[in-house]
Amino acid sequence: MALPKYTEPHYRIWHYIYLTICAAVFFFLIAPLFVIFPLSFNAEEFLVFSDGMKRLDPDAFSLRWYKDMIYGTKNPWGLATKNSFIIAIFATMGSVILGTVAALGLSSRHMPYKGLIMAVLISPMIVPLIISGVAIFFFMAKAGLAATHLGIILAHIILGTPFVVITVTATLSGFDHSVTRAAASLGSNPVNTFMKITLPLILPGVISGGLFAFVTSFDEVVVVLFLAGLENTTIPIQMWTGLREQLSPTILAVATCLIILSTLILVTAELLRRRSERLRGINR
Amino acid sequence: MSSETKQILTTDGIPLEVSLKKAERRNKIKAFLLVAPLLLFIIITYVFPIGDMLMRSVDDKMVTQMLPKTFKAMEKWDGKELPDEEVFAAFHSDFIKLVEEKREGKLSTQLNYTKNGFKSIIKKLRRKSKSFEEGNYKEQIMGVHKRWANVEYWQAIKRRAPAYTGQKYLKGIDMFKNENGEIVSVPEDRRIHRVLWLRTLEIAFFVTVFCFLMAYPIAHLLATLPMKYSNLLMICVLLPFWTSLLVRTASWMILLQQQGLVNDFFVGIGLVADDNRPEMMFNKTGSYVAMTQILLPFMVLPLYSVMKTISPSLMRAGKSLGGTPFIAFWKVYFPLTIPGIGAGCLLVFILAIGYYITPALVGGASGTLISNQIAFHMKSTLDWSFASAMGLMLLTGVLAIYWVYNKLVGIDNIKLG
Repeated sequence: MALPKYTEPHYRIWHYIYLTICAAVFFFLIAPLFVIFPLSFNAEEFLVFSDGMKRLDPDAFSLRWYKDMIYGTKNPWGLATKNSFIIAIFATMGSVILGTVAALGLSSRHMPYKGLIMAVLISPMIVPLIISGVAIFFFMAKAGLAATHLGIILAHIILGTPFVVITVTATLSGFDHSVTRAAASLGSNPVNTFMKITLPLILPGVISGGLFAFVTSFDEVVVVLFLAGLENTTIPIQMWTGLREQLSPTILAVATCLIILSTLILVTAELLRRRSERLRGINR
Repeated sequence: MSSETKQILTTDGIPLEVSLKKAERRNKIKAFLLVAPLLLFIIITYVFPIGDMLMRSVDDKMVTQMLPKTFKAMEKWDGKELPDEEVFAAFHSDFIKLVEEKREGKLSTQLNYTKNGFKSIIKKLRRKSKSFEEGNYKEQIMGVHKRWANVEYWQAIKRRAPAYTGQKYLKGIDMFKNENGEIVSVPEDRRIHRVLWLRTLEIAFFVTVFCFLMAYPIAHLLATLPMKYSNLLMICVLLPFWTSLLVRTASWMILLQQQGLVNDFFVGIGLVADDNRPEMMFNKTGSYVAMTQILLPFMVLPLYSVMKTISPSLMRAGKSLGGTPFIAFWKVYFPLTIPGIGAGCLLVFILAIGYYITPALVGGASGTLISNQIAFHMKSTLDWSFASAMGLMLLTGVLAIYWVYNKLVGIDNIKLG
């Protein structure tokens, strides 16, 4: 944003100060993530940049910690990765199905007590996680589901559905209901109408809600800490124990992989958001 | 014409009004049936358990059920002097039963919550009670340990008689009910919880302020830059947002350690001496820095989405009507961003007030929050009723914030992304 020519000098100075502040904040936001990359290739065991690394000596870099992450003996990352994906995938499916169906009902103008029900449905997102963790733990312990995959999946469905409900209701708010009526008048049954007409139109919202649910589950550690036994360990749990006990460079290798994963998710989410805005006719 | 002839009938011969109402009701039921599965699921697995927390936090039946005869005998005791033989005999009989069921350990844990020092004297009593003779239990029990002859310990037992109690809530704010039934504060050196509550509020407040001060300029920049630049810069906000919390905490642990880059930088510019590197982690500084960076996107996104809707011509109009850029900003632009400010601050403050992971990793002893205490009681001391009580106190606080926010700004004005 270039300044107009007639800008007075002291506003010009102010403008540059403002841009400097912005640059500093962006740096503060993004720079910490980039510390992880180089250190994960460290040939040494310490989590500081060695002199060799500062000189860019190739010998100071190695893939040692990536090998340790994948092949290391008695290392938990394999099991944790498997568990994380199983839990996140099932939790996402559950959240998407329950959340989308509920959003359909909520965006009907006939729905009674809309505000109250919405408040209940999104409450897991509003209540601090630690409290949700305690409450869900009490339920799972009573139901005999503590330290089981099913228990953790159910817990993550609870935490994930609010995102799906919010994104899908938002998408449905711009939805033209006359198309479903048209389908019905042409003889389509409700299920068929949903699958063929409604779902394709609201798909961006459903997928971005699903992405939120996936990330929530994949990254969730507070509730899992209460629920998980040794067999249910997940990537966040392993990182948590690792960070508490000894900060090993293997964790940084895992963290690098997670940053790559989140970049992929970010790109997908952004593409979806733009597509959905285009479909909803929000052009900027 | 009479009113009956006016009535419109459907082809089935049913009055239209009735038929419409029926359709309306059917639609209502249909909509509700769609919501029902999720609603039931959330109510059963989430809303009821929070109610369960409430029950647990006031439930004190355990001790009541372990010492039924004792409490019955204690009803007549005025609680001033040592109780008489009847109470001792009843306590002995309850205790023998507990030892047979191997539950005396639980009793000692429970009583220890009320008053420290029960653990050892109950262990001692169990050992000695095997060789007790019948009758005159008062003297025999008092002979086991001098604390059994101390009236304060019997008063502590009597305090556990009611099946419901608010004492966990009192403990949460470092107060207790003393021998005379007055509610008093614990001695100053043992007031750990009040310090924690205040610190939680303090850290949440300042993290919100820091986030606001940092987010406002960049949200403004993102909203006013041409699309192709702002999309690029938006990545700087969204990438941390989508990145694992633990990854971001780990990066701060690396940066803030004593040999870390931040300290290197300070040494490099000569701010601190190399042999005198400040401790920036495992204290409040660590919590502040890491939480501010982690929660910043939650402030930027609502601000951005509000600023995006403000037409730039408004600022131009303000300036053309004679306002300096500062006045135009303050009188025109800033008030329009208030919904975004409200949403961002609410979001960040509430997330910060319940933060657990980051303070536990980088906060050390002086940077931990109330959530860490809740987790500690859930996992280490297993005093679940106390954890529940503190959780509900936190929840009440959060709901109160929402309520105030709703009164001031209106919850519908929240805009998320």
